Amino acid sequence: MPHDHHDHSPIEIDEGRPEEAQVLAEALRELLIEKGLFTAEDMNNQVLAMSKRTPGNGAAIVARAWTDVAYKARLLSDGPAAAREMGFDIGPAQLLVVENTPDVHNVIVCTLCSCYPVLLLGPSPEWYKSKNYRKRTVYEPREVLKEFGTVLPHKEVRVHDSTADMRYMVLPERPEGTEGWSEDQLAGLINVDSLIGVTEANSPA
Amino acid sequence: MSASRFSVGERVKVATRNPTGHMRTPQYCRGHEGTVERICGKFPNPEQLAYGKNGLPAQTLYRVRFEQQKLWPAYAGPAKDSIEIEIYDHWLEPVGS
Repeated sequence: MPHDHHDHSPIEIDEGRPEEAQVLAEALRELLIEKGLFTAEDMNNQVLAMSKRTPGNGAAIVARAWTDVAYKARLLSDGPAAAREMGFDIGPAQLLVVENTPDVHNVIVCTLCSCYPVLLLGPSPEWYKSKNYRKRTVYEPREVLKEFGTVLPHKEVRVHDSTADMRYMVLPERPEGTEGWSEDQLAGLINVDSLIGVTEANSPA
Repeated sequence: MSASRFSVGERVKVATRNPTGHMRTPQYCRGHEGTVERICGKFPNPEQLAYGKNGLPAQTLYRVRFEQQKLWPAYAGPAKDSIEIEIYDHWLEPVGS
């Protein structure tokens, strides 16, 4: 379609002067490529691989677990193998999947830094890395959950402080009213918040 | 797993030590008692790896469950609330019966 009305000012690409860190990063990248430590193609492949790390991966695993009881059992007993089964190779990392039940709600925090299974959950949200979240989730988890709209008076709230070699993902409870849904449909109810455990899975609209 | 010093379900106490440097046992659980929830395997000691050492011998890593009300005197939630923390063998002590 021709774009022949001009009621906005022309789009300008002006990002200003690059930050010092950007200049340094670019210089370093060019040097590493020039010295043959890796190629520009390696670099592009890595960027592509990183862009594929999204919470959609964790959501696909959860949707499979919701629809396949045997898979769920494998996921809870051997997280890395079950992730690999779905095509997500988490390498030498450990993965513990903790299951929400009618009695227990799990929530993940790393008080030491911000440890987290990036391949399955995507880059961690800013709030997950904040001192506020890391500090308060261990001693007032219910207050933190309330700020995310999650109020669970009848459940045990179980916090997992990820300070060492394990990485965690929450397996939320399957929402009611989703009987007969496909894995793709179910995966749409899960986001990074419910995989960390600050919310439950979304309910069907 | 038979070589592990503690078994699942056993009561353990976190050492009360305050060494300087890179430590993986959070301050807030030191000196507290909990229950071994799971044995995660053996891993090179990250408190040594952090200083360029090899972290060997590998340390058994436990997940220990604590009652929130015991950790935090002012804890506002119910008694059933818990927290699970990964703790390496060298930070744990047996609890006398």
